Amino acid sequence: MSKKVLMKGNEAIAEAAIASGCLHYFGYPITPQTEISEYLAKRMPKVGGLCLQAESEVAAINMVMGAAAAGSRVLTSSSSPGISLKSEGISYIAGCDLPCLIVNVQRGGPGLGGIQPSQSDYYQATRGVGHGDLRLIVLAPSSVQEMASLTMEAFDLGDTYRMPVMLLADGALGQMMEPVDFDAFQKRDVPDKMWAANGHGGKRKKNIINSLYIDPKELEDSVVERYEKYSRIEKNEVKYEEFMTDDAEIVLVAFGITARICKSAVAAAREAGIKLGLLRPITLWPFPKDAVSSIADKAKAIISVEMSMGQMIDDVRLAADGKCPVYFYGRTGGMIPSVEAIFDRAKEISESI
Amino acid sequence: MTKTFIFAGSGGQGIQFSGKQIAKTAMHMDMPVTFLPSYGPEMRGGTSNCTVVISDEEIGSPSVTYPDIAVTLNLPSFTKFEPRVKAGGMIIYDSTLINIGSEREDITALPIPATELAVENDLEGFANVIVLGFLLKKTGIFTIENFRDFLISSIPASKAKLIEKNTTALDLGYNYNK
Repeated sequence: MSKKVLMKGNEAIAEAAIASGCLHYFGYPITPQTEISEYLAKRMPKVGGLCLQAESEVAAINMVMGAAAAGSRVLTSSSSPGISLKSEGISYIAGCDLPCLIVNVQRGGPGLGGIQPSQSDYYQATRGVGHGDLRLIVLAPSSVQEMASLTMEAFDLGDTYRMPVMLLADGALGQMMEPVDFDAFQKRDVPDKMWAANGHGGKRKKNIINSLYIDPKELEDSVVERYEKYSRIEKNEVKYEEFMTDDAEIVLVAFGITARICKSAVAAAREAGIKLGLLRPITLWPFPKDAVSSIADKAKAIISVEMSMGQMIDDVRLAADGKCPVYFYGRTGGMIPSVEAIFDRAKEISESI
Repeated sequence: MTKTFIFAGSGGQGIQFSGKQIAKTAMHMDMPVTFLPSYGPEMRGGTSNCTVVISDEEIGSPSVTYPDIAVTLNLPSFTKFEPRVKAGGMIIYDSTLINIGSEREDITALPIPATELAVENDLEGFANVIVLGFLLKKTGIFTIENFRDFLISSIPASKAKLIEKNTTALDLGYNYNK
């Protein structure tokens, strides 16, 4: 008997949060991620934690801000339209340098869109999840195992750098089941939260959590300091996976569920004698620029494959810097690209170059 | 060796349960496995399907256009997935509810009157398990003993009275021979 358990991606996130010592969850239900709330509603009381269904996404993210400010490990989750509602709070959390985990199990958009899987919040996650000069660390799992392991990693990253982290998944990963092993994870040593605004019985100077700076020079200084932290993250925390890229003439770049479909397309292409490979960004911010740049040095073409009309392709093009052509294949609105369609696109491009 | 399955039928016929049991057994046999359900309003009726991939190596796509094996429990699912079965593959279907056959010569079509068998044997609601027994016999993916063990372990203590019905249905499908 293996110690693995068969779980939905959403449940794996929830269990991993508990395994990470997260004791507060605030959320508001939305398909396709409601199993996270459902699971935590059952589990949190058993570990002495709190799972609260707020009256809205806006309320939930502000509760997250409060819990994070008090030094608690805290989680919220939603799907695309709900993340838009949370965006003001996320900006405040970034401005206050508070760690927390925000999970987006993406569905098709814009607007209420649909409930089927999508990756069309890439821009939102990596560019504009709130107003102001800010970044989130954005992690993109591509298996149920990674839904768990990257949730644990996300909490550690947030506490290490004192900033919000986003887990960018999609409805397929949230709903699908795979065996998960919760023991296969390396925890980091994270600093104590000496900055937390919690009760101290007058034994130290009070901590103040704030994102308002009336004096522009002061605000500029605080943002510049935060960007120095972002530079360290860009240097130290980039994660990606390469699959059969060594001799590849064409390289697919894809993340999340799409990357797995691409892996099958790479296998099919190799059987057909096409030298196809795959680069899978695991951190979407920081984006694996150097890895893409190296690929662009040796490959004849890159294809960005996404469940959107083409958003990550901008980062791929910036990293490739004109050194090789960058093509696109994608489906959107909740449609999942097929192995066959990705293979056909790769074949068509390999014949044209 | 990778095997891909699509299970399809009406909401409430136990489609997701069937796929999950295959996935669970594979996991206990230490095989990589993925289970991808259709989700949305299906649990309140309408069509429901799920895709299961089992393999002896890391699984790429959990989403499959052309399955090796399709299991269909209603007519709309049969007409949708029968043309998609991979050449050399297999379609298993409930011939009580699906009164047409396959005209393809490159696949094996295996009918079983599961709903009728269920009614005759006081096993209403267990047609899906009868089909699972039949599937085990025809594909040989797992032994019936292994599958039965994990089927029993999936039944919560509060529903222990369902164990007998499940195992009877499983054996009925496994031993069906027509």
